[in-house]
Amino acid sequence: MTALVPAIEIHGLTKSFGPIKAVDGLDLVVDKGVCLGLLGPNGAGKSTTMKMLTGQAIADSGEIRVLGFDLPSEGKNARASMGVVPQLDNLDIDVTVEENLAIFARLYRVEDVGAAVDRTLEIARLTDRRKDAVDKLSGGMRRRLLLARGLVHDPKLLLLDEPTVGLDPQIRTELWTLIERLRSSGTTILMSTHYIEEAERLADEVAVMANGKVIARATPAELIAEHAGKSTAEVYGPPDRLAEVRSMVEDAGLRVRPAGPAIAIVAAETAAPGLIPEDAIHRAGSLEDVFVMLTGEDAE
Amino acid sequence: MKPVRRLEPAVILAVMGREFANFRTFWKSTAFTSTFEPVVYLFAFGLGLGSTLVTDVDGIEYVQFVGTGLVATAVVFSSALPAMFGTFVKERFQRTYDAILAAPVDVEELVTAEMLWIGLRSAVFGCFPLIVTMFFGLEPKITMLLVPIFAFVTALAFSAFGITMAASVSKIDQFNYVTTLVITPLFLVAGTFFPIDQLPDGFQIAAQFNPLYQLVELVRGACFGLEAVDILRFAGLVALAIVLWRVAIRRLTSRLII
Ligand SMILES: Nc1ncnc2c1ncn2[C@@H]1O[C@H](COP(=O)(O)OP(=O)(O)O)[C@@H](O)[C@H]1O
Ligand SMILES: [Mg+2]
Repeated sequence: MTALVPAIEIHGLTKSFGPIKAVDGLDLVVDKGVCLGLLGPNGAGKSTTMKMLTGQAIADSGEIRVLGFDLPSEGKNARASMGVVPQLDNLDIDVTVEENLAIFARLYRVEDVGAAVDRTLEIARLTDRRKDAVDKLSGGMRRRLLLARGLVHDPKLLLLDEPTVGLDPQIRTELWTLIERLRSSGTTILMSTHYIEEAERLADEVAVMANGKVIARATPAELIAEHAGKSTAEVYGPPDRLAEVRSMVEDAGLRVRPAGPAIAIVAAETAAPGLIPEDAIHRAGSLEDVFVMLTGEDAE
Repeated sequence: MKPVRRLEPAVILAVMGREFANFRTFWKSTAFTSTFEPVVYLFAFGLGLGSTLVTDVDGIEYVQFVGTGLVATAVVFSSALPAMFGTFVKERFQRTYDAILAAPVDVEELVTAEMLWIGLRSAVFGCFPLIVTMFFGLEPKITMLLVPIFAFVTALAFSAFGITMAASVSKIDQFNYVTTLVITPLFLVAGTFFPIDQLPDGFQIAAQFNPLYQLVELVRGACFGLEAVDILRFAGLVALAIVLWRVAIRRLTSRLII
């Protein structure tokens, strides 16, 4: 395999569950060394895509190549070089921290199991807890162990499916630090998320996914420049007033989105003088603006 | 296309290794039950019935008749039930199989490993009743060394059955039907506590299709004298294990790969 082969190549991928088109013509190429954030609302088809990459779901049509291997026929070869961190904790809770890692090192046929365990314990900062049963660990430690388990075989590609969903903010920050470290060491990462902040902080590039397809793909800065603008103006007030401002601004050709109790006018820098109310709060255009404009979903 | 290898021994051993690591955390209770249960049965049936109603069956002292029959009981309860509940829990509640299948392991290897592990465990636990019965006068015999092999093959078949059931039910309480409708009848009409040849013809014919009956006969053969027909019995159990192995792989694949 040459360095030119992308880590992931997906073309025209589809997968339906009965009447539901979970993935509907997905195209996605991830080059080596990139951390790609697959950002999409719940139900966009992110997990289904991940499952097809690990061979746990079989596509109805389309092509998938992972690390140069055709899926599903050569899936086993691809999985040997791929690390997977699931959305839900599936550690073996009765056995020790180090046994959890050793079990997976053997499943991946790692030659020096002891060294792999030591190395990943170090990454997860769990060396001093190695002899403890998993059910004695805190939530944050379990998450770090789950991530470390996906690294026992030093994978060329790491799949993270909503790695911090449902976690409290402190644990999330801990994990972000770990993922950030992997990213800067050059590991290729495909990370699905519906948290904008997560994509913004960790991803080199973001693919926005909705209804089973990628609808936009670029660096966060490029996405903001293209789909939002330099500045966004948020207007607060009673619903009547917001509706009034909204229709006025929209008539002038600007785009407006709901933002919790407020409305946000994107690309406010393009507005004619005096159009935007005096009391509006101006801030830089954000990935959140992009996400909401593109998917129509409220952001989290 | 690069070759993709099937049924890799290293993978199967690694999956069995996971089971072993987990088993080490609860082996004491399992070993206790496996020893204690045959003792209870032996006292209740062997000594209770043996000293009051029956003294011997076909020249075998009743307590030894029951003791040797209990090997099959130990085998079915240490294979079908753990396979059924274990597979369901690992698939549904602990999502262990999601983690394993994300590694370079396929369902065929997963099922094979789970069956082999349960088979080995049952081969050991199946010997416990025999050892206990030796304290009630059962004479050691060289052919008894075949008992773990008979137990192993039967346990493979029942573990494959358990995995198939786990991959077929939608809720864990549906296992009650499996236990009541399949396992308990097989266990009761296996010739463990009373000889089959005193039952009506229909039952006798049906018993021939009961793998537990065949196991009971094989174990008694190993303890009191094997016959030529025992080769057929053993071949039947091997064939059943192979067929159910393929069925289990197919069912679990359709459950795990969507
Ligand atoms: N096993 C399944 N059976 C039926 N429908 C499913 C299954 N898995 C996912 N879906 C449906 O497919 C769509 C995409 O789901 P998913 O890939 O989990 O989205 P995401 O991970 O982006 O939230 C959803 O509508 C979901 O309900
Ligand atoms: Mg998901």
